[in-house]
Amino acid sequence: MVETKEEKKTVTILFAGDSGDGMQLTGSQFTNTNALFGNDVSTFPDFPAEIRAPQGTIAGVSGFQLNFGSVDVFTPGDNADVLVAMNAAALKASLLKLKIGGTIIVNLSGFDKKNLRLAGFLNDENPLTDSSLGKYRVLEMDVTKLTRACLADTGMTVKHIDRSKNMFVLGVLYWMYNRKLDTTLDFFKVKFKGKQDLIDANTKVLTAGYYFGDTSEIFTSRYEVKPAPLSKGVYRNIMGNQATAIGLIAAVRKANLDLFYGSYPITPASDILHELAKHKNFGVKTYQAEDEIAAICAAIGASFGGHLGVTTSSGPGIALKGEALGYAAILELPLVVINVQRGGPSTGLPTKTEQSDLMQALYGRNGEAPIPVVAPCTPSDCFDVIYEAARIAIEHMTPVFFLSDGYIANGSEPWKFPVSTDLVPIKVKKLSAEGDDEKYRPYVRNDKLVRDWAIPGVKGLEHRIGGLEKENETGNVSYDPANHELMVKLRAKKVVNISDTIPDQNIEIGENSGKVLVLGWGSTFGASKTAVTELVKDGVEVSQAHVRYLNPLPKNLRDLISRFDKVLVPEINDGQFVKLIRDKYLVDAIPFNKIMGIPFSSQEIKEKVLEILG
Amino acid sequence: MSIEMENPEVKLSGKDFASDQEVKWCPGCGDYSILKQVQSTLADIGVKREDTVFVSGIGCSSRFPYYMNTYGVHSLHGRATALASGLKTARPDLNTWIVTGDGDALSIGGNHLIHLLRRNLNVNILLFNNEIYGLTKGQYSPASPKGTITKSSPMGSLDHSFNPLALCLGADSTFIARSMDRDPKHLRAILAEANNHLGTSMVEIYQNCNVFNDGAFFTFTEKATKGNTTLQLKHGQPLIFGDNGDLGIKLDGFKPVVVALDESISPDDLWVHDESDQVKAGILTRFFDTPSAEMTLPRPFGVFYKESRSVYEEDVAIQINQAIKIKGEGDLNSLLAGANTWEVI
Repeated sequence: MVETKEEKKTVTILFAGDSGDGMQLTGSQFTNTNALFGNDVSTFPDFPAEIRAPQGTIAGVSGFQLNFGSVDVFTPGDNADVLVAMNAAALKASLLKLKIGGTIIVNLSGFDKKNLRLAGFLNDENPLTDSSLGKYRVLEMDVTKLTRACLADTGMTVKHIDRSKNMFVLGVLYWMYNRKLDTTLDFFKVKFKGKQDLIDANTKVLTAGYYFGDTSEIFTSRYEVKPAPLSKGVYRNIMGNQATAIGLIAAVRKANLDLFYGSYPITPASDILHELAKHKNFGVKTYQAEDEIAAICAAIGASFGGHLGVTTSSGPGIALKGEALGYAAILELPLVVINVQRGGPSTGLPTKTEQSDLMQALYGRNGEAPIPVVAPCTPSDCFDVIYEAARIAIEHMTPVFFLSDGYIANGSEPWKFPVSTDLVPIKVKKLSAEGDDEKYRPYVRNDKLVRDWAIPGVKGLEHRIGGLEKENETGNVSYDPANHELMVKLRAKKVVNISDTIPDQNIEIGENSGKVLVLGWGSTFGASKTAVTELVKDGVEVSQAHVRYLNPLPKNLRDLISRFDKVLVPEINDGQFVKLIRDKYLVDAIPFNKIMGIPFSSQEIKEKVLEILG
Repeated sequence: MSIEMENPEVKLSGKDFASDQEVKWCPGCGDYSILKQVQSTLADIGVKREDTVFVSGIGCSSRFPYYMNTYGVHSLHGRATALASGLKTARPDLNTWIVTGDGDALSIGGNHLIHLLRRNLNVNILLFNNEIYGLTKGQYSPASPKGTITKSSPMGSLDHSFNPLALCLGADSTFIARSMDRDPKHLRAILAEANNHLGTSMVEIYQNCNVFNDGAFFTFTEKATKGNTTLQLKHGQPLIFGDNGDLGIKLDGFKPVVVALDESISPDDLWVHDESDQVKAGILTRFFDTPSAEMTLPRPFGVFYKESRSVYEEDVAIQINQAIKIKGEGDLNSLLAGANTWEVI
C-alpha cells in the first residue's frame, strides 16, 4: 500500500459532469469540509442555463471549481491541478482549464460509445485510448459500476443508485486529500432527514469511495494541504448571495426597521430571495411580484410606509425597473437595488458572469437622476457592502445600487463573521413628532441636503409626493424653470455629499506610488490581488487599489491615481469603469477587458502588467 | 376594503379632507364630483387623515392625491396598484385607496391590476372610466368601444374593448361594483360599501370627460334615458327597471331575458340579485351592449359581487408569526454565525 505524502500549498480541483450528476453538491461538500479543516477556500460554480441540458453533451456540462490552500487564496484558481470528469463531454469542455501535468480522474462508464459520440468524439476516437492525454496523469475508475455494486443488495433501482455516484468520487477525493468524512455524513442526516435508506445508501457509497482510494493501486500518493494561517477568530463558509441576504437583515436590525423585499425570480439573483424567505422569523416580508416593475414599485411603496424597501434583479430585470429608479430618486425615499450582473445584452448569458451593467447603474434613467453605486469584491464582502448600501439609502434618503455579479454571488469563501455589536449603527431620520398641521414641508433638507422620512400614520405630517417636479421645500408640483434647475442640482449634490461619509480609498497591495496601479472594482479583486502580490514579490513596481464606492467615488481617489505613472483597469466588460475614471480625472487609464463570461485569471493580469511596463 | 375605526375626537367634514392645492381639472370634468363624494364619504366613515393614503398612477384622475389632505403618492403610469400592494403589505393599518383610470389600470397597468385582485389586499380601487385618454389629449383607450373616432383612430378604433368588471371578476376579484359621477348619492353609498369590504374593492366609476369624450355615458346618466337603460342592483331584490318600474329580468337557463311586468309576470318570477353568487355576477357583468331599443338589457349599477376571502397582508403577518413560533424570534448573532463554524487560534 502506498503512503507517500506530498505537501501542497494550494490545490485547485475542477469537478465536471453532466448537469444532473450533482457536481455542485459534490463541490460544495468538498469546500465545506476543507473550510472546516481550516484551509482558505475560494469557489466558482459554472453551470449551464438549461436545467437539464441534453445528457452527455458539452452544453450540459456543469462545473464546480475550488481552490483551497494552506496560504491565503483570493481566487478559485487560474487552472486546475485535478480534473474530475464524469463523462467524455466534461473532459472535452474542461481540459483546457487543467494544468499541464495535472491529474484527471475519469469515470470510465462516462466514456462508452454513446457518451463519446455525444461529446463529439467521432470515428471511434477515444481520448482515453489514444495518446491525446499524454501530458496529464489519468486515473481511471468505473464509478458507475462501483457504485452499482456497492448498492446492489439494497433493492434500489439503478436510476436511484446512479444518483449517488458523485458521492463515490467525493469519497475518493477525501482519501486523496486526507480529509474526514464527518461533515458530509452530518449533511446526509439533515438532507435526507426521515429517509434512513437514503442516508445509509449515501454513507455506504461515500465510504466505499474513500476505501477505494485506500486499497486500489491506482493512486501513488496522497496530498496534504495544511490549515491556512487565517487571522484568529471564528469563521464560517459563505456564498455571495447568502452574504447579501444576511447583510440586509443585519442592516434593518441595526436600523430598527422592517425589511420589505420585492423581487421577481431571475438568474443569478434568485438565491437572495430564497435565503430571505427562510428568515421570516426576523419579520422579513418577501414579496414575489408579478414582474420586475411591480417588484420595485412595491418596494418603493413599502419604503413610503416606513420599511426598508429592497428589490433585486439581474441586467434585463434592472432595465425594466429603470423608470421606477428615476421615480425613487425624485421621491427621495430609501431603496436598495441589487443587481447580480450576468452576461448581456438582453437575455445574454444568464449563468455566466460579467461586469457590464456599471453604465446602466450610473446613467440608465431618463432625466438627471444620479444614484449612489457600491460594489462588493468577494463573496463575504457582499455582507459589508450591502450593509453600506442600506446605510446610505436610509441615512441619505436615496435609492442605492449594489452591483454584485454571478461570479461572487455563487462563489464562496471562509468568512470571519462579525457579531451584532461590531456593526456600525444606522441612524434613521424618521419623523415621529406630530407636525404643525397644514404646514409640513416634506422637501426641507438638513445640512447634508437630506430630507426627512415622514411616515403615514403620524398626525400633522400628511403630505403628497410624486414623480412630477416638486417645488423646493414644499414638495408641491412646480413647473417653474429656475426651481427645476435648483432641484436637479440639490438632488445631485445630495449624492455627492455621501462621499463625506465613506472611507478613503486604500492601497490593497504595494507602495503608495509607483509605475503601475491596477485599479479594479467588483469581482476582479481576487485575480488582481493574486497577480499584484506575486509581481510585488518579484520586485515589480506595481500596486493594487480596488474601489467599492463607485458613486460617489472616494474623495482621495484622484490624488491616489496621480501618484502612479500608469493606471490599468481590468474589467469583465468592454471598458466601463475605465471611462468613468477618464471622465472624472482626465487620466489616460488603460482598459484591460475580457468579455467571455468568465473571470480573469491572475496570470492574465500579471502578463498585462508586465506588457505595459514594456 | 375595511378598516375598523376608532371614534375620532373631532368629527371631520368633507372639507377637512381637501388639501390646500388648487384643483386643476378642466371645468365641468366629472372628476370634481367624485373628489367631493370621496371627501364626504371619508368624513362619514370617520377615518383619520393621518391613517389614510391615496395612491394613484398617471392620467387626469391620478392627480387626485394632490387634492386630498391625507398622505398621498402620485406614482408611475400603471403602477399605482403595484406600489399600493407594497405599501399595504408593509402597513396593513393604513386605509388605502387607489385612484386610477381606464388607461392607467386596464392598459399600461393591466398586469398589476389582475395580480392585486387575486392577492386580495384590503384596499379600495376607484377606476375612473371615461373611455378615453384625456391627459394625452384624446386617444382611444382599452375601454373605448370598437370604432371610436379619435386623433389616433380617425377611421375608428379597431381594438375590441375591455369589459372592465368582467375582467376583474375573471381575476377573482372579491368585490366589484359600478357607479357614476352624476349620481352623488349612489356613489357615496357604493364608496362606503367598498370601504366596508375586507379585501380588494373594485369600483368602476363612469366619469364624463367633457373635453375629449363628452356624453359617453349620457344614455345611462341623463333623466330622459336612464330609466330604461340602467338597472340598480340591490341585494335580495328582484331585477326591476324601466321608467315606470315595469320591466324586469328573468333567467332563461343562463340567458337573461327582459320581460314586461304584467298580470302574467310578477316580481316573484324575476331574477333576485344575490351579491354572493359569482356565476350570476358573471352574467351581470356581461350586460354590456349599449341599450338601443326597448327590451334590451340595461347597464347594471351597484354591487355586482362580493365574497369573503383571506387577505394577502394578513396572510403575510400570519406566516411571520408562524415562523417566529417555530424558530423563535430571529437572533442576529446566530444568523451571522450560521450552522457550521470553526475557530482559528
